[in-house]
Amino acid sequence: MAKEFETVIGLEVHAELKTESKIFCSCSTAFGSEPNTQVCPFCAGFPGALPVLNEKVLELAIRTGIALNCEIPEYCKFDRKNYFYPDLPAAYQISQFDQPICKNGYLEIDVDGKEKRIRINRAHMEEDAGKLVHQGDITTTPFSLVDLNRCGIGLLEIVSEPDMRSAREARAYLEKLRSILLFAGVSDCKMQEGSLRCDANVSVRPTGQKELGTRSEIKNLNSFRALERAIEYEARRHIEAIEDGEELVQETRTWDEEKQLTRSMRSKEEAHDYRYFPDPDLPPLKISREWIEEIRSQMPELPDAARERLVETYGLPHYDAAILTTTPDYLEYFDRVIRLYPDAKLVSNWMMGELNKYLNQTNREISDCLIKAENLAEMLQLIDAGTISGKMAKSVFEEMFNSGKTAPEVVREKGLVQISDEKALSDIIESIINDNPKVVEDYCNGKGKAFGFLVGQVMKATRGQANPAVVNKLLKEKLD
Amino acid sequence: MALSLEEVNHVATLARLALSEDEKTALAEQLSLILAYVERLNELDTGEIEPLIHILPVFNVLRKDETLPGSSQEEILANAPLVEEGQYKVPRII
Repeated sequence: MAKEFETVIGLEVHAELKTESKIFCSCSTAFGSEPNTQVCPFCAGFPGALPVLNEKVLELAIRTGIALNCEIPEYCKFDRKNYFYPDLPAAYQISQFDQPICKNGYLEIDVDGKEKRIRINRAHMEEDAGKLVHQGDITTTPFSLVDLNRCGIGLLEIVSEPDMRSAREARAYLEKLRSILLFAGVSDCKMQEGSLRCDANVSVRPTGQKELGTRSEIKNLNSFRALERAIEYEARRHIEAIEDGEELVQETRTWDEEKQLTRSMRSKEEAHDYRYFPDPDLPPLKISREWIEEIRSQMPELPDAARERLVETYGLPHYDAAILTTTPDYLEYFDRVIRLYPDAKLVSNWMMGELNKYLNQTNREISDCLIKAENLAEMLQLIDAGTISGKMAKSVFEEMFNSGKTAPEVVREKGLVQISDEKALSDIIESIINDNPKVVEDYCNGKGKAFGFLVGQVMKATRGQANPAVVNKLLKEKLD
Repeated sequence: MALSLEEVNHVATLARLALSEDEKTALAEQLSLILAYVERLNELDTGEIEPLIHILPVFNVLRKDETLPGSSQEEILANAPLVEEGQYKVPRII
């Protein structure tokens, strides 16, 4: 009999902090510049150059701690994490070891309507490493190129407890964490640009067993989908190994997006011994309670509060409210539409349906969307005014999305105006009735379906432009 | 406190140092002496003393989040043994 297994997952997330300058020097953090043009003697690891902490990094770390319900101890300090790698010119990374800025927090996730609290062990400040570009195939190339522009950008590493039990829970956690960091204004969280990165610790154990199984750490998870797939793959690999009586080793693995599998990078025996020690170049930090309260009083609305607001103010379903509060831009869009067009559920339907569909298809963010909030409200008003039908609105919307034109412009150009004129529709309905004597007879004999067929014929004859309510009314009058 | 040869090996590996057998033996002795010297601190009773994080009584040395121009690409790469496309060229390491 096959044993039941349980997957245990913990995530380590690195978020690049939204600052103008790096964490310990005044170099710019701008993305996409020429290689090695945002570098100084400090972040290039030249001996003798000294670090000075960026005040904004500390403030953003405290803001994150508040948003993630963490304790923020009175004292914290920086330590050196020692290892050799070409993207780390000083041969140590300035990080926080035993006294992080934030600890013991949590966030709430929602999977299939089931709420669950995921604990956060800690969040600490550290500097990012440079970027290594491998020439050609990573497994065969003899050389790599090093760009230090990213080296020294402030990061927050956020470490969860191993509280997740499925790939979907892990994804929900990462999505929620991303929303919180975006709402708190802490990070851009662009996974493609690497400003949000995630490593997953995965192990399996027979259901009911207390101690954890042998774990793998999976790196290179650059999207929500990669995270989900990699965890599913890894859990399956562990279960198969256990069932085949093979021994698992604790190791670091990398997700191969192309082949959709994980590959071993290094085993525990080669694991680093980082020899942490306090960085003598950086004095410790004392975080006053007054400062924390000041930051707390200036916190923007966070996703959970925004979701509650949507449910209470507009009576939206929880599901809708959760999707509308995924990013601050998305919520702001909703809030702007709703000011001009107060039917919240209808606005939500259009955003979750058509708007999301085209955003996904074109891989666009809502901030680059050509349909502005005002334009969507105006289109919805045209439906209410009877100028266009709900069905016509879908093609109007598509045209608006692609061209950036307003709804009235599209309606005018395409001659899409809905026919509500009773006289005009009356003539069309007469001829449909005359052309379909058999169907009319069916209707008179009580076949409900026949009526729908006749409405369909009218819509067809008017190329979808007839006002369905008027058609229904007239057709009934004529038949009865 | 004597340092074993294995421990010397381990530390040398972490520091990426290639040592001969003679050097390892010599270093094991020297490092043991240094450790024994530092060990003397344990003779003091520090039970009542707050642990020290930093030698100076200074906290919160911070700067504003403002950018300043750094070095030019040429300056930064001036000492690099190999350069390609404005970047340091290094042996591949995975």
